[in-house]
Amino acid sequence: MAMFSLSKEATAEAAIEAAALRSDRFRQDREADWIRLEAIVTRMEKGRLRRIADEDVLALPVLYRTVASSLSVARETSLDAATLAYLESLVQRAWFLVYGPRTTLWSWLGRFFGGEWSRAVRSIWKEMGVALLLMIAGTVIGWQLVLIDPDWYYALVPTDPADPRVPGASAEALKGVMYGNQGQDGLSMFAAYLFSHNAGVAILCFALGFAFGIPPLLLLIHNTAMLGALLWLHDDKGLLIDIIGWLSIHGTTELLAILLSGAAGLHVGRSMAFPGERGVLEAAAAAGQRAAVVMAGVVLMLVCAGMLEGLGRQLINDTTQRLVVGYSILAFWLAYFFLFRRVPIASDAE
Amino acid sequence: MSQVRPKRSDRRRTLVTPEGIALPLVLASRGTRFGALLIDLVIILVLMTVVTLAALYSGIGLLELVGKEFDKAEGSLKYSLEFLVILYIAVMFLFRHAYFLFFELGPRGSTPGKRATGIRVAARHGGRLTTEMVLARNLLRDVEIVLPLVALITAASEGGIYSFVSLLWFGVFALFPFFNRDRLRAGDLVAGTWVVEAPKSKLEVALSTTESAASGTSTATGASYKFGEEELAIYGEYELQTLERVLREDRHEAMVAVHEAICRKIGWNPGAGDERAFLEAYYTQLRARLESGMRMGKRKADKHA
Repeated sequence: MAMFSLSKEATAEAAIEAAALRSDRFRQDREADWIRLEAIVTRMEKGRLRRIADEDVLALPVLYRTVASSLSVARETSLDAATLAYLESLVQRAWFLVYGPRTTLWSWLGRFFGGEWSRAVRSIWKEMGVALLLMIAGTVIGWQLVLIDPDWYYALVPTDPADPRVPGASAEALKGVMYGNQGQDGLSMFAAYLFSHNAGVAILCFALGFAFGIPPLLLLIHNTAMLGALLWLHDDKGLLIDIIGWLSIHGTTELLAILLSGAAGLHVGRSMAFPGERGVLEAAAAAGQRAAVVMAGVVLMLVCAGMLEGLGRQLINDTTQRLVVGYSILAFWLAYFFLFRRVPIASDAE
Repeated sequence: MSQVRPKRSDRRRTLVTPEGIALPLVLASRGTRFGALLIDLVIILVLMTVVTLAALYSGIGLLELVGKEFDKAEGSLKYSLEFLVILYIAVMFLFRHAYFLFFELGPRGSTPGKRATGIRVAARHGGRLTTEMVLARNLLRDVEIVLPLVALITAASEGGIYSFVSLLWFGVFALFPFFNRDRLRAGDLVAGTWVVEAPKSKLEVALSTTESAASGTSTATGASYKFGEEELAIYGEYELQTLERVLREDRHEAMVAVHEAICRKIGWNPGAGDERAFLEAYYTQLRARLESGMRMGKRKADKHA
C-alpha cells in the first residue's frame, strides 16, 4: 500500500499509457507520414506542380505505399471508423495521382505522331475498306440517280439560290465557281469555318458509330451521293477533270478524314455487336480507345483540309497543280499510316 | 441511416491496387452527375456568351474606329478583323469540344462541375486513366446531349411519327446511365471509364486519447467509469461506430439518449450531467475489448452476433 501511494502519480500516468489503445499508439506513430502525404496530394491536386519540392514528388510513391500499408494494418487492428475513412480516402487520392495520367501534352503528342496514330489507323483497316466501298457506292449511286432524273440533284445537293451550280448551268458558270478566284478576301476565315464545321461532322460520324455502326454508313453514303451528283453535273459539260482537281486539293485529305471517322465509328459498333471472346464492355472500351486515337488525328487532318480548301484552292488556280498538291498529300498520308510502322515505346495504355 | 444504407451499398465497388489493397469506391449517383453536367454546361455557355459579346464589341469598335463597313475594310484593319473571326471560331470550337478534355486530363480527373459535386473520372479496370480514355469518353457527348435535345425540341414543336422515333432513338443515348448497374453513360462504355465519388475526409481527433476516455475518469466530476466484461460484451462493432458518430457529432440530446440506452442495457442507474465522459469511457473500453478480440481473430459485427 505504501508503495502504491508513493508512486501514485506515476501509476496514473502509466494507466493512461496502458489504457490508450494499441491502435491509437499505432496512429500516433504514423500520423506524421499521413499528414505529409495529405499535404503533397492536396497541392498536386491543385495542379501547382512547380510549387512542390522535388523531394516531395520523389516521396509521393514511397509515402503512398507507407500509408497504404497503414490502411491494411488499421483495417485489421483498429475500429476507429473516422481514421479508417480518412486513410481510405487518402490512399484513394494518392492512388489516383500515383497511377493517374502521367503524360504531359508534349510526351503524348510525341507518342501520338511517333507511331501510335498510324498504328491505330492500321488496326481499323478492315473498317476502312468497308467505308471506302460505301463511299464509292455512294458516289456511283449519286451519279446514277442524277443521270436518270436530274431533279435528284436538288434532293442530294443542298443548293442555295445564289449558287450557279444547278443542272442546265453553262460550262462558263461552272468554271466561274472553280476558277473564279472569288477575290482573296476572307480566305483564312473561310478555312477556319470549314474546319470547325467539318470537325463537327466527323465527330458526329464517329459518335453515331456507337449505335452498332449503322448511322455512319448512312452518313457516308449520303455525303458521297452528293459528291456523285456534283461530278455528274460537271461531266455533263466536259469539266470532269476540272471538278476533280477543284475537289482533290483539299478533298483527298478531307474525304480520307471522313472515311477514317466513319471507319472508327464502325470499329466501335462492330466490336460491340461482335465482341468475340471478351465481354461487350471490354471489347467496346478497347475499340473505343483505339478509335479515339484515330479521331484525334482526324481533327488534325481536318485542320489541314480546311487550310487547303480555304487558302490553297483559292490561290492555286490550275487543275494540274491542284491535282499534284491533292494527290501528293494523299500519298503522304497513306505512306505515313501504312509504311511508318515504328512501335511507340512505353505506351501508358498498357 | 438504415434507409440510406442499401442504396449506397448498391453503388459500392472495390478496386484492388497493384499493392493488393482493396480500396472501396462509391460510384457517383446519376443525380450528382447530372448536377455536375449542368454546372459545366452553364460555365461553357457563360464563357461562350462572354467571348461572343467581346468579339462583337471589339469588331464593331474596330469598324467604328475607321467608319467603314466590313466588306470595304482594307489593309491592316481587314487583317485584324479576319484574325478576330478566326480566333472566335477556334475559341468556340475549343469551348465546345476541348473543355471537358482539358479538365479531365488534369491531376484531379474532373471538370469544375465534377469538382464542385465531389466526383471524378476513373478507369474501370483499376489501372491508369489514359489520355485515350478521356478522348473517347468525350467524343460521344454530341449524341448524348446535343442530338437528344434537338430531337426533343423537334418532337415538341413539330410532332409527327418521324420526330417521335428520333426522340426515342436519341433518348436511349441520353438516358443510357439508367440502363446499366454501373451508371455508365455511352461515353464511359466506349472509353472503359466510370465516374466515382472523390471523398476528402479530414483526419479527426482520436476519441479514445482524451484524458477522461483513456483513464475512464471524468475530469468534470471525478467519477470513475470502469466497465466489466459482461457490460462490454453486449455490443459489437456496429454499435461502436454508432457511438463514435454520436460522440463526434457532439449533440447533447443524442448523447443523453444513448447514455440512457446503454445504462438501461447494462443495468446501471443513469445519472445526469456527465454523459460525455461516460460515453467516452464506454467507447474506449468497448473499442479496447473489440480490438483485442480482433487481434485474436474474433470479430463481433453487432449486438446480435
